[in-house]
Amino acid sequence: MTLSGAAEEVRERPATTPRRRWTPVAAALSLPVVVIVAWQVAASSGAYSAAQLPPPLSVLDALADLAGDGSLWTHIAISVQRVLIGFAAGAGLGFLLGAAVGLSPGVRAVVAPSIAALRAVPSLAWVPLLLLWLGIGEGPKITLVAIGSFFPVYTTISAALAHADAHLVEVGRAYGLRGGGLLGRIMLPSVAPAIFSGLRLGLAQGWLFLVAAELIASSMGLGFLLIDSQNTGRTDILLMAIVLLATLGKLCDALLGLVEKRVLRTHK
Amino acid sequence: MTITTAPAGVSLRGVGRAFGDHVVLRDIDLEIAPGEVVALLGASGCGKSTLLRMIGGLDLATSGSVRVDGHDVTGIDPRCAVVFQEPRLLPWRTLAGNVALGLPRGLPRNERDAASRQWLAEVELHGFADHRPRQVSGGMAQRTALARALARRPGVLLLDEPFAALDALTRLRMQDLVEDVQRRSGTTVVLVTHDVDEALKLADRVVLLGGAPTGVSVVLDVPGDRPRDHHQPELAALRSELLAGLGVPRRTPLERETHAR
Repeated sequence: MTLSGAAEEVRERPATTPRRRWTPVAAALSLPVVVIVAWQVAASSGAYSAAQLPPPLSVLDALADLAGDGSLWTHIAISVQRVLIGFAAGAGLGFLLGAAVGLSPGVRAVVAPSIAALRAVPSLAWVPLLLLWLGIGEGPKITLVAIGSFFPVYTTISAALAHADAHLVEVGRAYGLRGGGLLGRIMLPSVAPAIFSGLRLGLAQGWLFLVAAELIASSMGLGFLLIDSQNTGRTDILLMAIVLLATLGKLCDALLGLVEKRVLRTHK
Repeated sequence: MTITTAPAGVSLRGVGRAFGDHVVLRDIDLEIAPGEVVALLGASGCGKSTLLRMIGGLDLATSGSVRVDGHDVTGIDPRCAVVFQEPRLLPWRTLAGNVALGLPRGLPRNERDAASRQWLAEVELHGFADHRPRQVSGGMAQRTALARALARRPGVLLLDEPFAALDALTRLRMQDLVEDVQRRSGTTVVLVTHDVDEALKLADRVVLLGGAPTGVSVVLDVPGDRPRDHHQPELAALRSELLAGLGVPRRTPLERETHAR
């Protein structure tokens, strides 16, 4: 019997050229550049006062000032710390509960409706309660970030596991896997892309809830910088804080994206 | 590496399967000797796959008893290995990693890897161990699924229409491969198919399933030693009998001759 594997079609992925990797970066940056130019034109046209719309360069000045006296780093550090701790707690809990609900119809029947109801509560509604229960320290802020991160992770993971590829799960069972082995070797890898999109959504929502927490009760952080600069009429600092939030949010997402790419490289 | 297994016998007694009020299979009696190759032949949806799954413990009978090697099947059975109609490979693992799923748990990494590669070589896939499932053709993927099943050293190899989704040429090669592997390993094979020629080519016995609910219509011994060519004249009568049993009667060459006169 001659049965040559090489005679059959073997699909190879095409190599990517360096040129094609830079094109998306340029495309992504084109819109911010247009916005900054439009901003500069609007600010220098005289239609707005400097207090309403300071030019881009004065925002950079504000950044340099705050960086110079060191307070910028304190604000960034405390905000990042709150997001990371809150995200770890919220995403971790979301993962565990999402897995339990996704895997067990019994747990789903008992737990899922109540969590769905809790999810309907607007984020700011928690603030007074958290302040009352946890005081004005780090506790309420981290908890609010955790609440924000929890729901996207919980929702995506419970849905993904409940709809994990039944064929592959059956193969796992047919080859003697059960319980944890089935979960770790078949189910979680098969829903890994969904897990990562859940984590990225959770992280983004963590930043959202952080600003909500810091706007209301804090003396440090980027959210505090927003409300403080509004009170003192420093629109330049206000805009700077917004740009910083955008940058940090994007940076966190990009880092998680790198991890995702590395973990999912075998899924391609 | 030797690929010999300890073939197991299969015994079905009064086996039935109902989904709610809907009875799919009833009163199936079948004895399969160790090392025998039996084809379960039937029309689409007659429950032949369900019967196969009950032998492997993926599905449980609602009546009667299913025994492998003299022991009742009560769940996923370690003495059985299944090849499904689709390869069902884990896309995130290499071909070797997929074959490893069939190996005993707890092997050291290097032994596991070496064994996976050897089983891949058994299905003529040496050199493809590090490929991903989506980099190889459908036939190669199905051969990997066969290697994964063989790695389990099954007493009973359960094949659930494993060639149905392949193109005609690849299907012929796969049939040859299964025939070859069965002869060398000596394992019992239960093959589900709706292809009469495939059944006649590979099986020692053909079990025709039919009726509503489905039962065993007829059990036929296939004459001649394997490997067989389904164009052998002594198979022609069997072929028409089976096709007639499946509801698509065909004239045998002999009948055609008589008719022409």
